[in-house]
Amino acid sequence: MLEIDDLALQLPYYANWWRRQWAEVLCNVSLEVHPGEVHAVIGASGAGKSLLAHALMGLLPAPYRQTGRLTFQGQPLTAARQRRLRGRELALIPQSLSALDPLVRSQRQVSWAAKRAGHAAARVQHTARQALAHYQLDERAQQAFPHQLSGGMARRVLTAMAHVSSAQLIIADEPSVGLDPQQRDRVLNALAALAREGKAVLLISHDLRHALPIARRVTIMRQGRCVETAPAAAFEGDGHTLTTRYAQALWRALPDNHFSHPETQPAPHVA
Amino acid sequence: MLDASGLRYGVAGQPVILNDVSLTLEAGEWLGVDGVSGAGKSTLGQLLAGYLTPQAGTVTVDGAPPPRRALRPVQWLPQSPELAVNPRWRVKQILEEAWTPPDALRDAFGIESAWMNRFPQALSGGELQRVCVLRALVPGVRYLVADEISSMLDPLTQLDLWQGLRRVADERQLGVLVISHDAALLERLCARRLTLSEGRLRPSTRHGAPPAIAPKQSPASR
Repeated sequence: MLEIDDLALQLPYYANWWRRQWAEVLCNVSLEVHPGEVHAVIGASGAGKSLLAHALMGLLPAPYRQTGRLTFQGQPLTAARQRRLRGRELALIPQSLSALDPLVRSQRQVSWAAKRAGHAAARVQHTARQALAHYQLDERAQQAFPHQLSGGMARRVLTAMAHVSSAQLIIADEPSVGLDPQQRDRVLNALAALAREGKAVLLISHDLRHALPIARRVTIMRQGRCVETAPAAAFEGDGHTLTTRYAQALWRALPDNHFSHPETQPAPHVA
Repeated sequence: MLDASGLRYGVAGQPVILNDVSLTLEAGEWLGVDGVSGAGKSTLGQLLAGYLTPQAGTVTVDGAPPPRRALRPVQWLPQSPELAVNPRWRVKQILEEAWTPPDALRDAFGIESAWMNRFPQALSGGELQRVCVLRALVPGVRYLVADEISSMLDPLTQLDLWQGLRRVADERQLGVLVISHDAALLERLCARRLTLSEGRLRPSTRHGAPPAIAPKQSPASR
């Protein structure tokens, strides 16, 4: 459904007021997301995961240089096509809670998403209420402004907005950050359910452990590059079937595995 | 000892968030608190750090109420670092607002000198989180409230952050209250764990087993 072929991205930064330089933030990124599967993209902070999401949606701020090929449903995904498809065929669950309009009650914001996705105007409010209820947001939360919601509740509002659009590709950028286990499982299960309906889900996360149960394949990113794409089943035991050292280190650093660096254990205690 | 007794906090017109919450945190102790979202974990953290004033109950630090107009001995480390920094300040100014951390500590937290001249929006969440944690480790701080500080970090960065924090906390005998949803992480870090639900703290019953391996020597083993 979505093919990313050798994507590279450069963003400007200013060494001083006058001199603009380009920093390479993504390089050699290639992956495929198929309908009916959850594809996880895992990486450290600063690995370029969110930039990848924004590049796919065409939401990067104006000066940037992008090379490589994006193909969505067999056709090139150009900037114009991204603009046309996002909110309808392409949906993003953004990472930042500031994506919510601080002056608008949550139910109204979900209604806007439903309207953009083409729901009939008369049904829009009902659809929004149902979607929010699906994520266990009660009437009080539905009528609340974003600053009145807890972090987990606000994230569920964002997920509900992607839920009401009938998108074929859903890019979930860190959808489970700051949620308690029940809510996290609920959101991840909702993503898995979307995949079972035949949609493609790109799950961007740093949370390897909780992405694994629902993902079919996992791409590990580091410093803007794809390190390894492995089936989710490769992450088990001490991860010996993983081909790269970095992927193994990531797996072993989890609190329920070794919680240590493989090469430096046991670290000397500095008093 | 950080001692909170009978804390009560609520917002008018809504069910009370915390109702009679008491806890103690010894110097050098690591205490874990979990609870569902909306249970009031962050509210508890802010009450302990003095960001909020309890409607009933008291918080004392080593037997006295914490000073209001001096360095706060209890520092709250928030979940979202981007909301805890001035977006118009450069990273150097943010990091050195209260003290100038030595280079060794900067290295331990993986803070690169190239970041110093940047604005906070040019750092990723995890990078900025490490800046915020190091900023709070001013000499004179006795207790830390770590409110989901590693929930947005990948496993390796999370490990580095906790190991860095563990080293400083052991060295200075800091008491650390770790607020997290991650039961496995709390088991690794904290010998004692509590659950916040329906406005009350209870001992965690789900994970009764002691931590299998501490990431570093636990305070008790020193």
